[in-house]
Amino acid sequence: MLYREAGQFKASYGADQQIFPIRQDRIGIMIVLAIAFIAVPMLASEYWLKGILIQFLVFSCAALGLNILTGYAGQLSLGSAAFMAVGAFASYNFMLRIDGMPLLVAFVLGGLAAAFVGILFGLPSLRIKGFYLAVATLAAQFFIVWLLTKVSWFSNDSSSGVITAQEMVIFGYKFVTPESKYLLVLSVVTALALMAKNMVRGSVGRAWMAVRDMDVAAEVIGIRIMHTKLLAFAVSSFYCGVAGALYAYAYLGTVEPEGFNLDLSFKILFMIIIGGVGSISGAFLGPPSSSCCRFSWM
Amino acid sequence: MQLKAKLLLTAVAVASTLTTSAAMAQAKEQFVGLPSYRVGAYAAGGSGIYGGWIDYMSLVNEQGGINGVKLTWEECETEYNNARGVECYERLKKKGASGNSVFQPLSTGITYSVLDKVAQDKIPMVTIGYGRTDAADGRVFPWVFPMITTYWSQNTAKIKFIGAKEGGMDKLKGKKIVNIYHDSAYGKETIPVLDAQAKKYGFAVVHVPVAHPGNEQQSQWLKVRQEKPDWVILRGWGVMNPTAIKAAAKTGFPRDKIVGVWWSGAEEDTIPAGEAAKGFIAAGFNVAGANYPVIKEIQDKVYKKNKGNMEDKSRIGSVYYNRGVVHGIITVEAIRTAQEKYGKGKALTGEQMRWGFENLNIDAKRLKELGAEGFMPDLKVSCLDHEGSGKVKFQQWDGKQWKVITDWIDADQDHCPADDRGIRSEVRQGKEHHPARLFEGRLRPVNAAPWRGGINTPTRADAHEGAVQSGGYTGWRL
Repeated sequence: MLYREAGQFKASYGADQQIFPIRQDRIGIMIVLAIAFIAVPMLASEYWLKGILIQFLVFSCAALGLNILTGYAGQLSLGSAAFMAVGAFASYNFMLRIDGMPLLVAFVLGGLAAAFVGILFGLPSLRIKGFYLAVATLAAQFFIVWLLTKVSWFSNDSSSGVITAQEMVIFGYKFVTPESKYLLVLSVVTALALMAKNMVRGSVGRAWMAVRDMDVAAEVIGIRIMHTKLLAFAVSSFYCGVAGALYAYAYLGTVEPEGFNLDLSFKILFMIIIGGVGSISGAFLGPPSSSCCRFSWM
Repeated sequence: MQLKAKLLLTAVAVASTLTTSAAMAQAKEQFVGLPSYRVGAYAAGGSGIYGGWIDYMSLVNEQGGINGVKLTWEECETEYNNARGVECYERLKKKGASGNSVFQPLSTGITYSVLDKVAQDKIPMVTIGYGRTDAADGRVFPWVFPMITTYWSQNTAKIKFIGAKEGGMDKLKGKKIVNIYHDSAYGKETIPVLDAQAKKYGFAVVHVPVAHPGNEQQSQWLKVRQEKPDWVILRGWGVMNPTAIKAAAKTGFPRDKIVGVWWSGAEEDTIPAGEAAKGFIAAGFNVAGANYPVIKEIQDKVYKKNKGNMEDKSRIGSVYYNRGVVHGIITVEAIRTAQEKYGKGKALTGEQMRWGFENLNIDAKRLKELGAEGFMPDLKVSCLDHEGSGKVKFQQWDGKQWKVITDWIDADQDHCPADDRGIRSEVRQGKEHHPARLFEGRLRPVNAAPWRGGINTPTRADAHEGAVQSGGYTGWRL
């Protein structure tokens, strides 16, 4: 670390329990957010916003999700892309089939649908670990993509099985310009990242880490294994689901289930490995250093 | 003092001439962005097609460009991946003096992903032999050109071919066709047309999906064996094709009863299958062979100067390479056409390029001038009809090379699924009809739930505002 918390004394429980207890962290995150929210939309070119940054944020969101599951709760998953697919297709169907569905609510519902599917495929984690769990989640990857391809209802009977994301409108404002799309995605991802940061430092996160480090010991000290593991699957899949919805709505526009294939799951896994397993900032360091977003100088 | 002023003036004059000539030199270039793929599972197709295309553009530059306008290009690797394709689209769209002239991603998935974007950025997208079939209607998709032949047209030509082999379309009754397809947007595109045609001609059709990438097909061919079909349609891509041919040989299904799509009919599909591929038939909108004047010219003027793009020169004249040359011819001819309207020797914008594609007319005479007689079908595009031809030839692999076995076969336009409402044929005949009806018939299912009765039905007012709706609806131009 470049700095330490030595000398920063907390006088209240509130100060001790805040998300960023160290002053340098607070200042740092403020600067990063100011740059991301103000400087970037003003300075970045259309290509950077539409081609790189939106994609980067979407993958960061998915990496956040996987990092919660793999990095914090220690459950290896190869199904992240499938959960993204669930989020994308569910948001699309909520928007399509319910009149007047607000966009952000559709994203949340898409995430919840993914969370539900995540719990279903997380059930094997109660019995198996490690490689075996990886294979079980691999089944999720193939099954979900197959199901979305097979059942044409999900793509509204599109002859080629693709979905075309509806326009993004919130309170009558249409998100068309690259800046507005970027800011929308950035806001969602920032909110989710702060939530994740908040979760992992609290009792939930500590339970996840306890299960990761030694599940038997965690059980002995009174952590409910089933509850903790399934919660990790649900939260992780929720993040992936929202990422999938953002991917479809803000980046790709039209998606086929095959777009969420095993390659993408692996990429997200590599992102968290490169960025840092078990750290929230790792989810943001991973995507640029792995193969997801190419930069023009590369 | 006076001397100083004079010097300054001269300097300014020199500087201004320099800048104007630089600007002129810049304006004399037409940029073509190439979202190519030379790595990944489909590299064989990508390297051949983009290689042939680049070679043809090099040839045009060697001959002095298009009315003096030199072509410039830049490749962007997509790996046949949708997300990367979108990134490449954004990267290439503003390059060059007047922006990207045309986007041709050679991937149905990427085509879908940028369908809305090209309309917003006013860059024409040309998808030759792939992409979204119903985009052939220029009123609905003014910026998209699925040229020469779409999957639906091609598939009807295939049924015609099978009918001819059986001794007449009426002989198709009671026959059984298995459709083995790549389980993706690309592969599924022809299912409705096959079903519609099966009903019309009374043959049975069984759809058998193969998961990407398709290097394991035992269960699928076991199914073929159970079904005992008279014909198999192979709708494969990449490694799926040689695997299918080998699996067919293993199950004893005669290869000369397998008809492939044009993405199944290249040397790269048959050579890896070895002896098993002998007799395999595939459709194509271009033919193989280096004995065409245009290919010879490329060898003479480009490769002799060591300016060729292909590392493996034996691939010159292969199916994919020649298909790249077809891409080059169509792009260059569209630029030429647009220059005739907007000024010869000028760099064109995306909007001007669209006019060029819309008024593209490569007739038999022009093909002869280009040295491409019999190499590709003649092509006449219009505002309504963005397909322009619909003709394919069938080729058969004799164990060493592709042999053309038919003349150009026209598509069976009246029986495309878009035509359950007769729209396609009306487009052909240039009839106008109510836009709402067209929308209801073809676009509503993409956007609105079936019971909603076309809640998204656009009004003409939308169209005049240039409203871009999801699903590719981009406004009426009638």
